Amino acid sequence: MSPLVALPLAAAVNLADLLRVDLNSYLYLSALLFAIGFFGVLLRKNTLAIYMCLELMLVAATVALVAFSRYNGTMDGNVFVFFILTVAAAEVAVGLAIIVALFRRRQTIQVEELNALKN
Amino acid sequence: MSDTLFHFFSVLTVACALGLVLNKNAVASALCLLVCLTGIAGLFVLLDAFLLAVLTVFVYAGAVVALFLFIIMLLDMQGGDRKPFTKASIIAGAAAVGLLCTGLYSFIVRGHIDSPALADTPAVGSSLRAYAELLFTTYLLPVQIVGFLLLIAMLGVIVISKKFEGLEDIK
Repeated sequence: MSPLVALPLAAAVNLADLLRVDLNSYLYLSALLFAIGFFGVLLRKNTLAIYMCLELMLVAATVALVAFSRYNGTMDGNVFVFFILTVAAAEVAVGLAIIVALFRRRQTIQVEELNALKN
Repeated sequence: MSDTLFHFFSVLTVACALGLVLNKNAVASALCLLVCLTGIAGLFVLLDAFLLAVLTVFVYAGAVVALFLFIIMLLDMQGGDRKPFTKASIIAGAAAVGLLCTGLYSFIVRGHIDSPALADTPAVGSSLRAYAELLFTTYLLPVQIVGFLLLIAMLGVIVISKKFEGLEDIK
């Protein structure tokens, strides 16, 4: 079979698999959310929106951790999510403080206007 | 029933994530993030991680999104006229999205894991005792370090947002 036929066929077979919920479903969802967050970081020009997309990427990773933990019957993934939550809270506080300080100094938070280091 | 709930929550989460990325209004983006995080908390419930679901709602949907909304309100930016993307950034963005799509595609086609059945594995994450036992024995040192990290972050936020007198000439 030529690859042009085989690849969509494989995708279609996997689509049937996608509807049955197991560990793979959670991993696909996690990867999709991570990709959407990454896309947002590339697409958005508002620093606050970029920051929200970063948070989305972080949460997408935690979904994978919890799913692995549940399907393997271990606790370590869950506990790691605990630490990720704490670090994310600290990170958001510091990041938003930096954004506010930046706005005070430059009167803008659009990334293309923050080019003081260029040239 | 559990499968239907998974599909419901995953569609909700992905739709709100797309809303977060594509919305031009920052407040609407923050509210999309809120609903997205609630959907993820629902997924955590389906995975029997009840404590993590509650913590996600409290910490993320409660504190973090509220903080974002406060900052959006405080800065009061009205978008303004956005400059269009430059050619280089369009090419770089297209390349990055292409790479990411290739990665996702190969992940879906080839990266299939033989998943254990959910009924066979015990739901160890459903009890609070399991968290406490691990956090206060194996992970005791990381807990202390994370506590210090929070303290240092708090001090850092105070220092960053404080107005210093006599530093205007540095500008």
